[in-house]
Amino acid sequence: MGIDFDRALRVHGQALALRSQRTELVAANLANVDTPNYKARDLDFKAAMASAMGAEQPLKVTHAAHLQTRGDQAGELLYRMPTQMSLDGNSVDAEREKAVFAENALRYQASLRFLGSRVQGLLTAIKGE
Amino acid sequence: MSLFRIFDISGSALHAQTVRLNTTASNMANIDSISSSTEQTYRARHPVFAAQLDEAEEAAAGVDVLGIVESQTPLRQEYRPDHPLANENGYVNLPNVNPVEEMANMISASRSYQANVEVLNTSKQMMMRTLALGE
Repeated sequence: MGIDFDRALRVHGQALALRSQRTELVAANLANVDTPNYKARDLDFKAAMASAMGAEQPLKVTHAAHLQTRGDQAGELLYRMPTQMSLDGNSVDAEREKAVFAENALRYQASLRFLGSRVQGLLTAIKGE
Repeated sequence: MSLFRIFDISGSALHAQTVRLNTTASNMANIDSISSSTEQTYRARHPVFAAQLDEAEEAAAGVDVLGIVESQTPLRQEYRPDHPLANENGYVNLPNVNPVEEMANMISASRSYQANVEVLNTSKQMMMRTLALGE
């Protein structure tokens, strides 16, 4: 019985990758808070995580002409529903984006903490002290 | 790692908001720059922002300043026959700067700037914590 590194670290690693992608998206929203016609974007973290963890299996391909469904970890990017439209066509709500950014940063650090303690646990198991 | 791109994105926003603050400062400084001819009169300047289109990922985008345009609203004219720059009818031209609009612009630009600095700081912290993983 060996240590399965993939099983031990996979969830939090994937979560970190998605969280950092989401951080980037929200940062772009905040950067474009005054850009006319810019539409705020975000990803559905739950759906993206499910697809990254393989809950959504790609279709089996038995012929060269079959189309492959997307099985990569990048979740579909969605547009945020604006609470109120502005006259210049911009749909970024700065306060909301700041709240999302703070929440996302916090969850990123939580995942990081989990990952760190997993690594510590594995180290303890390897050393056997 | 996509966290590194935040420095580009927020950096471009900081630059754009600085340009906006600069035009506001220029407009407020020239609010009383009187001129005799309409061509030479200072006109309020405003930057035009646009999202940087990213062909590769088409996801997160920074901000570009496309250029600075002069306001097309009519100039103010005042009757001051004793002014040395008055034209033959005794009128002087004043810039079309609206101080209320400029102050609102200034506050908005400074708020956006602060928000982007905050994003940069938080992202930097997240990266530093990631680097210290497993220690």
